[in-house]
Amino acid sequence: MDFNLTEERQMLQDTLRRYLADRYTTSVRNTILDSDSGMSAEIWAGLAELGVIGALFSEEDGGFGGAGFDIATVFEELGRAGVVEPMLDSAILGGRLIAALGDDTQRGLLEEIIGGAAHLALAHGEPASRYDLTRVETTARVEGDGIVLNGRKAVVVNAEAAGHLIVSARESGGIFDLDGISLFLVPAGTPGVTLHGYPMLAGGRAAEVTLDNVHLPQSARLGAAGAGLAPLMDAIAAANVALCAECVGAMQSAVELTRGYLMTRKQFGRPIGTFQALQHRFADMLIELEQARSALINAAGHLDSADRDRQIAAARNLIARVGRLVAEEAIQMHGGIAMTQEYELAHIAKRIVMADHRFGDADYHLERFIALSAA
Amino acid sequence: MDLNYSDEEQAFRAEVRAFLAENLPAEVSDKVRRGISLGKEGHEKWHATLNARGWLAYNWPREFGGAEWNAVQRHIFEEECAAAYAPRIVPFGLSMLAPVLQKFGTKEQQNHYLPRILSGEDWWCQGYSEPGAGSDLASLKTRAVRDGDHYVVNGQKTWTTLGQYANWIFCLVRTDPEAKQQEGISFLLIDMTTPGITVRPIVLLDGTPEVNEVFFDDVRVPVENLVGEENKGWTYAKYLLTHERTNIAGVGFSQAGLDAVKRIARIETANGRPLIENPHFAARLAQIEIDLMAMATTNMRIISQAASGQAPGVESSMLKVKGTIIRQEINDLTRRAVGPYAMPFASEAVEGDNAPIGPDYAGPVAAHYFNNRKLSIFGGSNEIQRGIIAKVKMGG
Repeated sequence: MDFNLTEERQMLQDTLRRYLADRYTTSVRNTILDSDSGMSAEIWAGLAELGVIGALFSEEDGGFGGAGFDIATVFEELGRAGVVEPMLDSAILGGRLIAALGDDTQRGLLEEIIGGAAHLALAHGEPASRYDLTRVETTARVEGDGIVLNGRKAVVVNAEAAGHLIVSARESGGIFDLDGISLFLVPAGTPGVTLHGYPMLAGGRAAEVTLDNVHLPQSARLGAAGAGLAPLMDAIAAANVALCAECVGAMQSAVELTRGYLMTRKQFGRPIGTFQALQHRFADMLIELEQARSALINAAGHLDSADRDRQIAAARNLIARVGRLVAEEAIQMHGGIAMTQEYELAHIAKRIVMADHRFGDADYHLERFIALSAA
Repeated sequence: MDLNYSDEEQAFRAEVRAFLAENLPAEVSDKVRRGISLGKEGHEKWHATLNARGWLAYNWPREFGGAEWNAVQRHIFEEECAAAYAPRIVPFGLSMLAPVLQKFGTKEQQNHYLPRILSGEDWWCQGYSEPGAGSDLASLKTRAVRDGDHYVVNGQKTWTTLGQYANWIFCLVRTDPEAKQQEGISFLLIDMTTPGITVRPIVLLDGTPEVNEVFFDDVRVPVENLVGEENKGWTYAKYLLTHERTNIAGVGFSQAGLDAVKRIARIETANGRPLIENPHFAARLAQIEIDLMAMATTNMRIISQAASGQAPGVESSMLKVKGTIIRQEINDLTRRAVGPYAMPFASEAVEGDNAPIGPDYAGPVAAHYFNNRKLSIFGGSNEIQRGIIAKVKMGG
């Protein structure tokens, strides 16, 4: 057993932490949040240059990492700094699907992604699918030597910036069937694809995507027909590890901010951290944060194991519960100042809580854990 | 990062498991599983079995006859023992007093007392808490006044676990009432057969006489029974409290408890289906299991730090709080799992071999639930631990 980071990951962590501390200050981020694109091209290029994106890919895919603990290392730092740039979408979800399924031409995109030149978005969830990965109503129909897509995709994060959407569509079976889901690589601007974009509460942008008789060549197919669910689950498992790590990093920041505030804020003539009611609540935050870190380690360490899905469900359930506790307690112990948009904690708390809405909240993952434990 | 045990550690686990399979009698593990008291002889017999293998004093340095296991080995041993329902090792002599004697005792004290702990000749109990000194231990009032070659001890200790079996007690006594609280305390070893000592059992809410009050009325203790220096006892007391804490999370107990409640919930039914399939029950069970999976890793993180020489500090307070919360949650879930058969007051299930009233697993669970309320109270209450955590973490 060894709970230390390798030297390479330690270096990655140090470099990324320093870069974000220097370049991703609260005011810089608040400017990004207010911008039309919802992200900074300069920061994105900077992250690519540091090798942060490359750390999320294996050597055979053109990177130098790609394991669970690489993802954890990167996303913990992104979470700590409250980064809103779409690393999860372009590198983890999009990148991993292309790395896993792409033909030689499609894999050409990997170099662009790792270099920071291309963005991707996964268009899988639908207005009625909630967190259910198998529920796909969007259809794909073979017509002549091409394919026609019809349907609607919900809350497609990073859709506007993406050079390609990865769209899931059903080629066979009923809407809940495990088989019959195919994936397609759809270039931005393809006729019939309409994006209705909007900013998200915790930063970044998403879009409702309408697919209205979208004609694609057969070469747009990503992977085998009807066999999209398993690779989707693989990519989403990695995304769940990333979300766990992002939350742990963000919680660490929330705890640090709270610690600082408890020690400096004075009421009734003394620092509020001397009041036992707050001390004990702060101690509980610290205890639960250690639990969250352990859950993250379990999830990251099992990304390639047979027990992957159960470990990830456990981690996301625990981190969702702890995340809510930490976010709410941090706000409560700060009092009024935490209610202001420009204070760092407000953004951090939003990132933590809103992660609950991506790929399943605490209840969803609890139910999944129960189902997987019974299996 | 590597979440797997090394080959060496796995071999060690296999060795422990084989030893338990061969040496732990089924009637003993059955008693432990059902929560039936082993009595003094039961404990002594198990100690002797371990001692014969050289595994009783596994936390002691080799020079004192211990096995000197590292933190990971200890954890593996404790985990395997809990899983096999082996009796717990009575800690007072072995892991509380012994480290203090090894660090602060004289050669004579070490040579005299340590072998007797190993052989089982002495059964030690702990004289720390007093009626007026619980969480605020340093406010203790039991007095020891020097009179020639003796100290004369007057006062009262309480919550003395298994004191009814003990022939020796290590005590914190006040030797300088004028000094600041922590500075007037000494660490004394007292023969329980000395005239003037009265032991009175306290029956706990589960019906067990687990703890005692110990009264001292002009008890004469030879001065050579002082450990270390006079008025430095608080230092030794703190050393004792922080020294042996690898098992404070009780992960092994929780894992065994969780397995037990799952077993019960597959047998018990609700609405004609196994209880384990009931959505509310399943959700509670799952949440505890998820917490425990993380706790096990938190525990291993701290243990591997300790194994590499870093002393666990505030982390043991964190483990204590979360570990005891999880254990108590499991006790509560188990109590509810057995339904109405939790109600019989099964003192015979705790104390004797009579046939159980309901299913054999149901008898002791409510008693355990109540008995284990102690977990968040003793060893520094969870509130005291939270105070320590906050002070340490905000101090920086």
